[in-house]
Amino acid sequence: MEALKEFVNILSGPQYSFTLTLIMFYLLMKYYRIIGTKKFAWGFVILMTPVYLWFMSDDVFRTIIATPDNIPISILLFSVFFFTWLTVHKAAINDERIEAGECPIEGLPENREKVWSWPNLVYNELFVIIAGTIFLIVWAIIFKAPLEEPANPTWAPNPAKAPWYFLGLQEMLVYFDPWMAGVVLPVFIIIGLVAIPYIDTNPKGNGYYTFSERKMAISCFMFGWLVLWIFLIIIGTFLRGPNWTFYGPFEYWDFHKVVAEANINLSEIIWIKMLGTTMPSNLIVREIFGIFVILAYFGISGAMITKKWGQDILEKTGKIRYYFFLFLVLFMATLPIKMYLRWLFTLKYIVALPEWELNL
Amino acid sequence: MSDKSIVDQVRETQVWKSIFRHGPPNNARNRAAIVAGNVFLHLHPIKLKKSGVQLGYTWCMGGLTFFIFLSLTVTGVLLMFYYRPTAEYAFNDIVALREHVPLGIMREIHRWGAHAMVITVWLHMFRVFMTGSYKPPREFNWGVGVILLVLTLLLSFTGYLLPWDQLAIWAITVGSNMAKATPFLGHGGPGATLAQIGDFILVSDKNDVRFQLLGGRFVGEPALLRFYILHCVFIPLVVGVLIAIHFWRVRKDGGISAPL
Repeated sequence: MEALKEFVNILSGPQYSFTLTLIMFYLLMKYYRIIGTKKFAWGFVILMTPVYLWFMSDDVFRTIIATPDNIPISILLFSVFFFTWLTVHKAAINDERIEAGECPIEGLPENREKVWSWPNLVYNELFVIIAGTIFLIVWAIIFKAPLEEPANPTWAPNPAKAPWYFLGLQEMLVYFDPWMAGVVLPVFIIIGLVAIPYIDTNPKGNGYYTFSERKMAISCFMFGWLVLWIFLIIIGTFLRGPNWTFYGPFEYWDFHKVVAEANINLSEIIWIKMLGTTMPSNLIVREIFGIFVILAYFGISGAMITKKWGQDILEKTGKIRYYFFLFLVLFMATLPIKMYLRWLFTLKYIVALPEWELNL
Repeated sequence: MSDKSIVDQVRETQVWKSIFRHGPPNNARNRAAIVAGNVFLHLHPIKLKKSGVQLGYTWCMGGLTFFIFLSLTVTGVLLMFYYRPTAEYAFNDIVALREHVPLGIMREIHRWGAHAMVITVWLHMFRVFMTGSYKPPREFNWGVGVILLVLTLLLSFTGYLLPWDQLAIWAITVGSNMAKATPFLGHGGPGATLAQIGDFILVSDKNDVRFQLLGGRFVGEPALLRFYILHCVFIPLVVGVLIAIHFWRVRKDGGISAPL
C-alpha cells in the first residue's frame, strides 16, 4: 500500500500528471462517442469511487481536501467532470443524428414548440432557487467560514496562496515571470475570450450540442479550459506546499523538503556550455539566440502551420481573423511548451533580460 | 355565506385587485398578463422555446449565478451592519459575528456563496460555449458575459481581504504583487527601469499601479478601505448595470439560443 502511495505521489508530479492530462484530453476528443455513453459514465463512477475512498482514507490527503477554502475546488472538480460528460453525451447523440441526416435533438418539433413562461419557466426557477437556498444553507451550517490569526504584515505564512480561482495563474509563476503569468497571459485570456465570436465564423452548432461540426473551436476552448485552467488550479491548490514546492497527494507538507533547482537560461547553455566562451556584455548580443527563437516560434512555425493546416481556415475567415486566431493559439501554446522545456532541459528563460525585468 | 372558496373571495377584494391586475393563471390571457405586468417577471418572455426551459440544455447556470448574486447582496448588506473596515475593528467584528451571533450563518452563506458563484459563472460560460450560443446575433452579449465573469472574480478577490486575517492579507499580497509586474505601469515590470528622466524615476513603488490599487506600498489600512468600497459599492454597481444589459440583450437577441 505504501509503495502504491509512493507511486501515486510520483505520478502526480506536474511533468507526469500534465502529460497524462494531455493524453486523457486527446482520448476525450477522439473517443467522445464512447465516453459519452451512459455505460461509460457508470463504469467510470464505479471504478473511481473506491479510488476516491482510498485517497480519502489517507490522513494527509484528507487534511488538504477538507480545508474549508478547498471544498469549492472539490465541488468544481466534480461539476467539471459531470458537465463535461454531459456535453460529450449530448454532442455524441446529436452527432450521430446529424450523420444520419436528422436534426439535432434541440431542433425536434416538440422542443421547438413554444411554451408559456408561466408556469413552465417560472416554476423551474422557483425550484432552482429553493434547491440553491437549501444547498447554501446546508453548506453554511456544516462548514464554518475560515478565519485565521489576525492580519500580521510582518509574518508571511508559507505557502502564501492567492484565492483558489487565481491559483492557475500562481502556478504559471513557476514557468513564467509575474509580468507574463500575472498580467500579459490573463489579459490575453480575456481578449481571446471576447474575440471568440468574431474569430469563429462557423455558422454551425448554434443552439445545440455538437462536436463534429465545430471540432477546431471546441478543442481549442476545451484545451484552455480543462487542461490549462482547471488542471493548473488543481495542482496549485492541492499539490503545492511550502515554498511552492511540489508535494504528492499523500506527502506530508514538510518545510524542510529541499528540491535542487538548477535551472539555466538559454543564453548560458549556448554561450558557456556549447561555445565555451564567456557571456557577451552587450545585452542584445547575449540574448540574440533567445530573441531569434521567440521570433521564429511566432513567425516560422506560424507560417508552417498555416501552410500545412491553416489554408482552409484562412480562406474561410479572412486574413485578420485567421492571423489573430493563430497568434492566440500560439500564445496559449507557449505555456505547455515552456513547461516541457523546464522539465526536459531545466530551461529557465529563453530570453533573460533581468536588467529590464524582461524575462521570457 | 357565499359558496365561493376563501381564495376566490380574497382575489375579489379591492386590495388584491389593486396589487395584482390579473386573474388566476388558468387561461392564456392571464398567463401573459402575469409575466408582462410584473416588474420582476417581465424579464421573461411571455412564451419561449421548450429547449429554453429544459435543465439538460441550459443547466440553469446563468440563473443560478444571478440568484447567488442576489443572495450575496442580501447577506452582504446584513454583514455591513456589523463590520467596520478599519485595521482596528475589522478582524474583531468578524470574530464578534462568529462568537456572539447565535446560529449566525450569514458570513458562511456569503463566503460559500461567493465561491459557488465563481463556479456557476464558469460553468455558465462553458455551457454557452458548448451550445455555440455566442454565435450571431449574440456576439456582443458573450463579450458582456466575459466582462461579468472577470468582475465576479474581482468581487470575490476584493471580498477576500475584508476578514483582515492572515489568509486575507497574504492572499491579497500575492495577488496584488502581480500588479507590480505590469509592463511599464508597475515598478517591477518590464520597461519600468527605462521610464527614467535623468535621475528622476517615473515608475516607482510610490506611484505604480499596485500603489494605486492598494493605496500604499503594502496591504495596509488604505487597501482595506479601498477593497471595502470596491467590494460593497463600486463593483456591484457596475455588475448591476452589466447584468441589466446582459439580460436585456438575451431578450433582444431572440431569447436563449436554439437551433435556427
